[in-house]
Amino acid sequence: MHASVRPAVSVNIPPIVTNAATRETAAALAMRMTVSKVNFFYGTKQTLFDINLGIAANKVTALIGPSGCGKSTLLRTLNRMYETVRDTRLEGEILLDGRSILSQDVTALRRCIGMVFQRPNPFPKSIFDNVAYGLRINGSRAPLSEAVEKSLRRAALWDEVKDHLHKSAYELSGGQQQRLCIARALAVEPEVLLLDEPCSALDPISTAKIEELLVQLKDLCTIVTVTHNMQQAARMSDFTAFLLIGQLIEFNPTPQLFTTPGDPRTEAYITGRFG
Amino acid sequence: MSARLRWRKFVSGFMLTMTGVCALVAVSVLCFILGYLVFHGGTSIGWNFFTKLPAPVGETGGGMANAILGSAKLLFLASLFGVPIGFFGAIYLAEFSGSTVAFIVRYAADLLNGVPSIVIGIFAYSMVVLPFKHFSTLAGGFALGLMMIPITLRSTEEFLRSVPNALREGAMALGASKWKTIATVIVPTAYRGILTAVLLAFARVAGETAPLLFTAFGNRFWSHRWNEPTASLPVMIFTYAISPYDDWHRQAWAAGLVLLGLILAINIVARAILSRGSAVPRS
Repeated sequence: MHASVRPAVSVNIPPIVTNAATRETAAALAMRMTVSKVNFFYGTKQTLFDINLGIAANKVTALIGPSGCGKSTLLRTLNRMYETVRDTRLEGEILLDGRSILSQDVTALRRCIGMVFQRPNPFPKSIFDNVAYGLRINGSRAPLSEAVEKSLRRAALWDEVKDHLHKSAYELSGGQQQRLCIARALAVEPEVLLLDEPCSALDPISTAKIEELLVQLKDLCTIVTVTHNMQQAARMSDFTAFLLIGQLIEFNPTPQLFTTPGDPRTEAYITGRFG
Repeated sequence: MSARLRWRKFVSGFMLTMTGVCALVAVSVLCFILGYLVFHGGTSIGWNFFTKLPAPVGETGGGMANAILGSAKLLFLASLFGVPIGFFGAIYLAEFSGSTVAFIVRYAADLLNGVPSIVIGIFAYSMVVLPFKHFSTLAGGFALGLMMIPITLRSTEEFLRSVPNALREGAMALGASKWKTIATVIVPTAYRGILTAVLLAFARVAGETAPLLFTAFGNRFWSHRWNEPTASLPVMIFTYAISPYDDWHRQAWAAGLVLLGLILAINIVARAILSRGSAVPRS
């Protein structure tokens, strides 16, 4: 691995850590995922440039930046969803618990790394079947109804749907559908949960519910979320990465990034001068 | 009112009337055909028509039981052969192929769809009838199945493509393989459309006559084996209509009525399935 070439610290922790105290806390954190020297190409167009970033276990990491900065692309490299698009190429290394994700079986990998999308995308099946889907395709022998109830409780949806589990998922509201998608992802007990602007299609109340939920989910899994909403990143996350035209500009503990940004471009973005 | 305005009003009124009349003609043709069939053939439809063999030449009465069963067997064979090829081909086109391959296959399917049915008949004749030295149900089913392939393929592909990509991603993000995604999410989402497509393809070939003339041929008796010639409704209509007997003419009309009724029924069922709404609400 690259640790022998680069100082381990700079790979595993935020690259711009100025404060000695933060450096120590950051170094003490267990890293769930490590992204090193990642370059990404759509055809011949490069969209990510030399990204290095550590994702701390059981923390919320937020990726922010203006539209087209590559934050969703970066998220999609973490569970290799980029492979579903033709003509894409990834260089570099991404580790999950010290093992390269690129050499693993992709279906097994995606069971460990769940994903929730921008727009709720429940399957045209019942609420129960949606949550049970991941368990069924993986041939789980565990009793389904218990697992479904557990996931729905974790997604704070159980009380609202427990009496009509066999209704179509499309009868739920947008916010409920998104929590259903979170429950569906949680059902296979992933180590990491990726969220691609999970609230951008939702109203403020549903958004607040989901934010609250994600913070609680930290105990269960590691969370990486993309957002274009800086207040949301500030409220929810422990670490924030700021990207600009495919480059990682700054990666720091959230309070630090928002109060004393280490790069003038970060400051310009978070104070609303562009983006 | 100026002359110019009056002229415009006249043109507007004239065009409106003309389009209305054309629309009316389009609808009334169907009504007229139906009425004509009922008028001429309605009296010959009865229990005998569905249960009896054709009467010997010179006698009146008899039915078309063998032709009805023959048509059913031919359509069964055609579906058995045409639907799977069209269906799995469509899955390949919609889910796996690159744009070049998809373009070529789609183009070929459209051309195959445009091949005159008599040419399909000659092809089936040389492929199946000549080697087996028999006119047969098998050959007729093969010819009709060939015609079902492009119709099923193209419409199934359309319905598969209309499944939102978000559902594919949702399934794959849960660790479903490509095939599992197709089998458990995409096809179940599109099944209503696919079923409609298959039914319409079925209705389309149900009335085909030309490919059957020299493949299934015709038979005035029961066809006991798949490699024997068989009667079918369309060919029966053809033979009876050009015969010199009034009774046969009436029976030809009756057969036409039965065939049209079957096709109408399939169409209505297909529309009903589709109109129960798509599985995924459009957003």
